[in-house]
Amino acid sequence: MLEVTGIPTFEDIEKVYPSEERLNQGPTVIMECFQNIPCNPCYTACRTGAIKPFEDINHLPTVDHDLCNGCSLCVSNCPGLAIVVLDMTYSEDQALLKIPYEFLPLPEVGQWVKGLDREGKVVCDVKVVKVIDSKALDKTPIISLALDKQYAKVVRNIRLEE
Amino acid sequence: MKAVELLVVGGGPAGLCAAIQAAEMGSTVILVERDEHLGGQLIKQTHMFFGSEKQYASKRGFDISELLLKKLSELAEKVTLMKGTTVVGIYEDGVVSLEQGGKYFKVKPKATIVATGASEKTLGFPNNDLPGIYGAGAVQTLMNVHGIKPGSKVVMVGAGNIGLIVSYQLLQAGVKVAAIVEGGPKIGGYLVHASKVRRLGVPILTGHTVKEAHGTNCLEKVTLWKLDENWQGISGTEIDIEADVMCISVGLSPLSELLWQAGCQMKFVQPLGGYVPARDENLQTSVKGLFVAGDVSGVEEASSAMVEGYLAGMSAASFLGYKLFNMAELRQDLLNQLDSLRHGQVGEKIRKGIAELQIVNEAAASVDL
Repeated sequence: MLEVTGIPTFEDIEKVYPSEERLNQGPTVIMECFQNIPCNPCYTACRTGAIKPFEDINHLPTVDHDLCNGCSLCVSNCPGLAIVVLDMTYSEDQALLKIPYEFLPLPEVGQWVKGLDREGKVVCDVKVVKVIDSKALDKTPIISLALDKQYAKVVRNIRLEE
Repeated sequence: MKAVELLVVGGGPAGLCAAIQAAEMGSTVILVERDEHLGGQLIKQTHMFFGSEKQYASKRGFDISELLLKKLSELAEKVTLMKGTTVVGIYEDGVVSLEQGGKYFKVKPKATIVATGASEKTLGFPNNDLPGIYGAGAVQTLMNVHGIKPGSKVVMVGAGNIGLIVSYQLLQAGVKVAAIVEGGPKIGGYLVHASKVRRLGVPILTGHTVKEAHGTNCLEKVTLWKLDENWQGISGTEIDIEADVMCISVGLSPLSELLWQAGCQMKFVQPLGGYVPARDENLQTSVKGLFVAGDVSGVEEASSAMVEGYLAGMSAASFLGYKLFNMAELRQDLLNQLDSLRHGQVGEKIRKGIAELQIVNEAAASVDL
């Protein structure tokens, strides 16, 4: 279906999610990379050894979630903007989701924005808790969002209120 | 008439890399570019590139262009840049004629690399000549080179990488994209690009095409319809979308006129975009001393164009008698890079296409690598 609609299915998403147990231990990457294309910057960006070397650059990335500390270096290096970092330990009922966001204006810290799903539909309101737009990110800012845990796997994008 | 060692035709990713490699090996190079800017399509690519570090993956196209131009400027002693210059003919005796600012002149290169790239294909439907209907590349030039917003609401035709990327860039520029329409049953471009625009709320309509365009003085409305398995429109499935811009992004075709004129053996290979030159592994065509690189030799990504550029530059320099002590090793690395870039799902067709074009010509023996 993904290759017809551009929307990863629930099954696609499940395949790249770490175990519930791992998610409850702290931040880690989710790599929504489903197609064999020649690309490996996630591996070259990774400093913890979590993203394994590519035998063939067309292979899908392999992640050892136990080695990933959610540092987010790979997030802004992924040309497909296919990587997010999810922290289910952010608070009792809220998760922290870090997404790449290449639109202006950037949201402001503390701002409430619309959380969108993989079809661009509004799912819930999310709060912006951090905006990083450093030179190292090279024009792919990373936005940290606090959101209800039930929407953690659904929200993938944001829209600022007009 | 000026005698030159190596003439490189085209200042896009392939031509720039070819000039860099040949000049680094000691050859003098004249690089001719029709446009007033060097960098070709790279200068308007604001997205990060795929591939590996060797092809500058994760860097943005316009930054890669800067990087290559910097390398070239360090070789200024060897390289003469001629912008705003068009190669108008390659003749049997090896003479190449050029036009610059209304002046016509001739050069006689010992070797030539043709890296002219490709041009956008178009689509036939009623009223396809209405103002507001563009090639996707033209809209990208308007936005990213000239800073002009092309309109307010766009229908993108074609879900290949160009259609997907230009849609994303239109959204970044604050232009609404009503839909991406794709004739094929599946999205042709990288799925990560597709997901990027999809989660911005842009529907991707596979198995659909344009039935007709409407408007008095300019585009006002587009009628789409579904295609059956024989690519015929199905009556009753029409969808009307109001839009003032339509971008056509249905593939590229190699700009191979100079190769035809030079007498290169050409072959129609559909997955490579049309007529492309037969060539050996070193990218030498059936005409001795005439090399090719980039989209003119088969439409692919800019990453492969750059690697082909380095390879053609190396082959041409070697043909001219310039060698490197580790040339065999470097050549193998370039071949491996190409192989690896073409190894994926999308690369399969390219690999098959290129296999059809391989020649072991007499001329090949003259490149001693």
